[in-house]
Amino acid sequence: MSEHLLEVDDLYVEFRTRDGVAKAINGVSYTLDAGETLAVLGESGSGKSVTAQTIMGILDMPPGFITGGEIRYKGSDLLQLPEKERQKIRGAEIAMIFQDSLSALNPVFTVGDQIAEMFQVHRGMSKKEGMKRAVDLMEQVRIPAAKERVKDYPHQFSGGMRQRIMIAMAISLDPAVLIADEPTTALDVTVQAQIMELLQDLQRERNMGMILITHDLGVVAGVADKIAVMYAGRIVEDADVLTLYGEPAHPYTEGLLASMPRVDTKGEELYAIKGLPPSLLALPPGCNFNPRCPYKQEICLREVPPRQEVAPGHGSACHFWEEVYRARTDSAS
Amino acid sequence: MGRYTIRRLLQMIPVLIGTTFIIYAMVWALPGDPFSGKCGQRPCPPAYVAEMTAKFNLNDPLPVQYFKYLVNLLQGNFGESFSGRPVWDEIMQAFPVTFRLALIAIIFEIVIGISAGILAALNRGGFWDNLVLISTLIVISIPVFVIGFLAQFTFGIKLGWFPPTVGPNATVYELLLPALVLASLSLAYVARLMRGNLTENLRADYVRTATSKGLSRQRVIGRHAVRNSLIPVVTFIGADFGALLGGAIVTEGIFNIRGIGGLLYLSIRTREGATVVGVVTVLVLVFLLVNLIVDILYGAIDPRIRYE
Repeated sequence: MSEHLLEVDDLYVEFRTRDGVAKAINGVSYTLDAGETLAVLGESGSGKSVTAQTIMGILDMPPGFITGGEIRYKGSDLLQLPEKERQKIRGAEIAMIFQDSLSALNPVFTVGDQIAEMFQVHRGMSKKEGMKRAVDLMEQVRIPAAKERVKDYPHQFSGGMRQRIMIAMAISLDPAVLIADEPTTALDVTVQAQIMELLQDLQRERNMGMILITHDLGVVAGVADKIAVMYAGRIVEDADVLTLYGEPAHPYTEGLLASMPRVDTKGEELYAIKGLPPSLLALPPGCNFNPRCPYKQEICLREVPPRQEVAPGHGSACHFWEEVYRARTDSAS
Repeated sequence: MGRYTIRRLLQMIPVLIGTTFIIYAMVWALPGDPFSGKCGQRPCPPAYVAEMTAKFNLNDPLPVQYFKYLVNLLQGNFGESFSGRPVWDEIMQAFPVTFRLALIAIIFEIVIGISAGILAALNRGGFWDNLVLISTLIVISIPVFVIGFLAQFTFGIKLGWFPPTVGPNATVYELLLPALVLASLSLAYVARLMRGNLTENLRADYVRTATSKGLSRQRVIGRHAVRNSLIPVVTFIGADFGALLGGAIVTEGIFNIRGIGGLLYLSIRTREGATVVGVVTVLVLVFLLVNLIVDILYGAIDPRIRYE
């Protein structure tokens, strides 16, 4: 078995709340190699962020509990490491960027201070050296007049510039894995494109593995190498980008693609997947997608579909993946 | 920021004039003769009353009286009490005592209040959290004179740890117990405020970011979460310091402290109009200055505050 840089293996996470147990992650597995971008796609509550937080080790525990699985980074299981060891990896080897850069940066410290803290804590540098590095990094993420702005506070930056600060902080120690949790959701469209481009450039330069968490199909298309689609705490389909967009083999993916606005269907009503995502407190029995699925049969109410190989590197967790797959490929040809 | 400070200082002028005028008018408007009972068992001789009336301009219309007072005040003359003692001397005798008392009380608030709040927030739902919540609730519910007498009786008389009353020199050691009593109520509020803020900030996004940077828990809490939680607490403590400098009539009474609160109380009882107005003027000035300092300090700990 070839070893991957990062390997999430059959992960289970639940939140024990007053209202009951919310099963947020139900057996998620994916792998990431150096220089590769994995996009994790899914709607709110599908567990994409929780998976990332579990990898980082920043899950609120309690109420969160990891009830099964392994997360292997360079061969060792992160979940078994003592907290001290995890702190060394966190930020330095696996770094994360968050969605809302205004609330994710500490309002009372200068941005330079916050970047320099990485060097002070992980590399034992003085504050002065750290600040010098902070200026370099701010230049690398293309912040104009970095030297002057290093002493500014987060609220003095625009949303896009602030997200660049977050990125500078995350890449400061040359991490092997970068997790970007909806990095462009809070930004407007032109800025989104710039940030994605920056992330892609940095990734190539440094040969980082990147996990891009998003619900935006448009963001994914240009950047990702492979995609994992999540629904109700499970990966329902995984494939490389072209395959997934061209030949989906799961009804949920199919629905997602159909609901994308397109130029050639302008003026028509947009397709929407009927129904609502299920409550994690009371997941439907069998396939979690069955209440909303147009292909639903009796078996879907009884059995959870396992991942089935559609083609090498393309998996679908659907009892009727062949029908979904054929419907698409037939109409295309 | 210099312009902001100057503007705030200028704003003090109308506030100061307004408050002194109101106090002046009210003190001399009190019914009854201020000179009754000043001459032992006999009524005061008319010559004395006439002299005093002239000395305090009591025959002039109120605005003229006030204007004369203000002119004196601007020359640094706070006037004299009925017995001929300069009011300024009286204030200067009482104020250092009150200042020391307030300073010790504030230190108690900061050290005990903030530590208790942090302890409670970090052990939410646990033993320390409940201890802090219940003890602060008790302190808040009991009137200060009960706490004062209780502390005096227990620690001053029964256990003998502290002197039960404060002597004329009001040493720091003597003031410890009264300061703790004086601080108790605000201390409880500070603890609860700190607990609430820190609990909330521990869930904030930037704390999650700090954790994901690989910082130790101590650093995440000490440097990132606590720092932000202190902002509202500092405002509260600053305003409270201004209030404490106004003296504490009850606490000063219980522990026999010759502070500004006692002076004010005595002056009101004996209708020493000049002393009352003088003391209040100083208090208003001190309160305004302390507030200005707090507001400037506020900007230092929260960079999002801008002075315009």
